[in-house]
Amino acid sequence: MIVRILGEGQLEVPESVHAELNQLDADLESAVDADDEASFRSALVALLARVRETGSPTEAADLRPSELIVPQEDATMDDVRKLLTDEGLIPG
Amino acid sequence: MGVMKRVTMVFRAKANKALDRMEDPRETLDYSYQTQLELLQKVRRGVADVATSRKRVELQINQLQQQMDKYNRQAKDSLAAGREDLAREALTRKAGVQTQLDDLRTQYESLQAEEEKLSQASQRLQAKVDAFRTRKETIKATYTAAEAQTRINEAFSGISEEMGDVGLAIQRAEDKTAQMRARAGALDELMASGALDDMVSGPHDDIQAELDRMGAGHGVDRELEQMKAELAQSAPRQIQNAPAASADGNSAETQSATPLPPSAVPAGDAAQAGDPE
Repeated sequence: MIVRILGEGQLEVPESVHAELNQLDADLESAVDADDEASFRSALVALLARVRETGSPTEAADLRPSELIVPQEDATMDDVRKLLTDEGLIPG
Repeated sequence: MGVMKRVTMVFRAKANKALDRMEDPRETLDYSYQTQLELLQKVRRGVADVATSRKRVELQINQLQQQMDKYNRQAKDSLAAGREDLAREALTRKAGVQTQLDDLRTQYESLQAEEEKLSQASQRLQAKVDAFRTRKETIKATYTAAEAQTRINEAFSGISEEMGDVGLAIQRAEDKTAQMRARAGALDELMASGALDDMVSGPHDDIQAELDRMGAGHGVDRELEQMKAELAQSAPRQIQNAPAASADGNSAETQSATPLPPSAVPAGDAAQAGDPE
């Protein structure tokens, strides 16, 4: 499974961590929904840490799209909301 | 559905919309490749812009560092001259500049990280653009329009996602450099206007003026001492000269007085001469 960390590139992550990543992602989402900055920060850091731990970078010339895309480490809750709602945010 | 999945869907929707617009994918692929090359140019310009901002901050850091060194030197000079009040003032100003410097260094590191990230994004995009070109040529040469559509889907989604990510990275970098430019400009203006003179002073700040004045004062004192010493040395000579001159006068007087006793002698002689009488 390919996971992209925005601004950093793609990593190949074993399928075995898929469920765990989904759980961490659910935590992230409830933090955004609850507008809880502290939980958002810790959930994002935990999610990114797990992706980096288990994943290995793909070849730069690999043209496969990602199955999951994680916001970058310094993303704010506002940035994430824009990513989810504002179609104009992503150029191209 | 989690955040990751939803973000992915937004990216995927972009790619799908573009794919849907393709009537003959083989032609649209060329157009897409053009767009990729343009984005590649844009991300390279982005790297150059961040580098320019970083260099400007570097220049300001150097200026502030020189300022710190100067205040340090002034504090030492002031202490050596026994002026603890001036030394304290210099160190207070140094602390003010230190705060500015710490702030600039943090921004410098953030710009450096941004430059590095953008530069790597540029390399990743370059690799994908090259891979896409190869794939596109193969597909154009081998498949019919209908086949091309399915063959290209994955590659197109892949590069579209990369382009979306790079586009976001360029936006972030532009925001950061714009903020940075505004701050750097404000600091440059403050330095140029002399408004920061209390904290970031020019070559003629008041501590230096006081030190210079004291230095000049010491020079005057030294010169005065030297003159006094010279005077003290030359004065005894004058006194010696003066006694020599007056000794001459004395000797002249003694000489002129010397004939007196003989003249007194005759008087004495006369008295003596008169005595026997």
